[in-house]
Amino acid sequence: MAVTGLLLVLFLIAHMLGNLKIFAGPESFNHYAHWLRELGTPLLPAGWYLWLQRGVLLAALVAHIWAATMLAVRARAARPVRYAHRKKIQGSYAARTMRWGGVIIGLFVIYHILDLTTGHLNPVGDPTRPQANVVADFAPERWYVTLFYTLAVVALGFHLRHGAFSAFRSLGQQTPRGERRARNVALVFAVALTAGYLVVPFAVLIGLVR
Amino acid sequence: MNLTLRIWRQKGPEDKGRMVTYQVEDISPDMSFLEMLDVLNERLILADEEPVAFDHDCREGICGMCGLMINGDAHGPQRGTTACQLHMRQFSDGETIDIEPWRARAFPVIKDLVVNRGSFDKIIAAGGYITAPTGSAPEAHATPVPKADADAAFESAACIGCGACVAACPNGSGMLFTAAKVTQLSLLPQGQPERYTRVIGMVDAHDEAGFGGCTNAGECTVVCPKGIPLNTIGRLNRDYLAATAKSGGKPGS
Repeated sequence: MAVTGLLLVLFLIAHMLGNLKIFAGPESFNHYAHWLRELGTPLLPAGWYLWLQRGVLLAALVAHIWAATMLAVRARAARPVRYAHRKKIQGSYAARTMRWGGVIIGLFVIYHILDLTTGHLNPVGDPTRPQANVVADFAPERWYVTLFYTLAVVALGFHLRHGAFSAFRSLGQQTPRGERRARNVALVFAVALTAGYLVVPFAVLIGLVR
Repeated sequence: MNLTLRIWRQKGPEDKGRMVTYQVEDISPDMSFLEMLDVLNERLILADEEPVAFDHDCREGICGMCGLMINGDAHGPQRGTTACQLHMRQFSDGETIDIEPWRARAFPVIKDLVVNRGSFDKIIAAGGYITAPTGSAPEAHATPVPKADADAAFESAACIGCGACVAACPNGSGMLFTAAKVTQLSLLPQGQPERYTRVIGMVDAHDEAGFGGCTNAGECTVVCPKGIPLNTIGRLNRDYLAATAKSGGKPGS
């Protein structure tokens, strides 16, 4: 869980920083998007690096989901008779939303790829003008898209809040002081990433980016 | 105090079991929770009914026998205490209290509120020991131990094996117990020879017993009557990673 999660987190950071290019203007954003296709050239033929990264990310994602499923199956088997009266959450709220949060994020990723990578669900869907695709996506009349996006990103924030801390712990974080530090780092990181991802659709929504 | 109790009644391991409602009157707020159950049992015996079976021994929070899920809280609403140290003043007059046994596949119910915690013994048998010469106790200062290590080992050694961590865990995992029993030895010089075979053996025994996997949710440490901290599991993880890297158990490793 920890190792595959960290791989996915590295991608999330790069993706968020790339998204913020939209504030540098449409040319800059489009140039960045096209540069991604050529990343790795001339060492690799154009587009190879992208597919290599997609392969690694897909493998990490599959391993992440597989490990999570195993944990969920074991958890279910470990308590065959449920409690009649159960206090819901005493530890961390984020920790208890990992599984359903993960499912929401997974569904969103599928939608997101069909929307902004392949363009099938995008009103513009022009691969040569990624900036126009984004602006069309989060137009005020398509508020439900923005809502789903926001929901998924907030779920991602919670997922990272516990996930980042839990990854430190799984990889051997062992002191009480380190635990406080790891929790704070996870919280700041989760909030920063959530904000970084949400600022784009809301900038489009209020007309800051057009 | 007058209280309504909803208690899990189960005749034996094969019985399906159900929640049964009882009324208890004139309970003193100064009674312990177990004394309140004693009062109920006295009345049940006088009425020719089967008394409620529950585990208890020292009644001062050190033996680890008592363990009840009280209103969905392992050991009740008070933190850092066992069910026997809980007083009725923590509840209000007229309240309904739900009392259930620990719920875990590895802790099958024997009767009513009594569960079999033999799975914990299997985890201990898989590595919770050190190789030491028997006979008279050695001079205490013969082996120096850094103060910080001694303190952390003592913190882990406070575990009484009550099973509250398993009962509270959303995954039904016994990792806080296993971590406490691993680290109380692995932090000390006496625990070094078996350090890496211990952690592998105990985690394997934990998994084989049917406990769930740890997801660092942190519910266990909240209910632990001895306040074993969650970072104890981090110490276990570090030992486990080192053990797999060193392939502990092979000669010369």
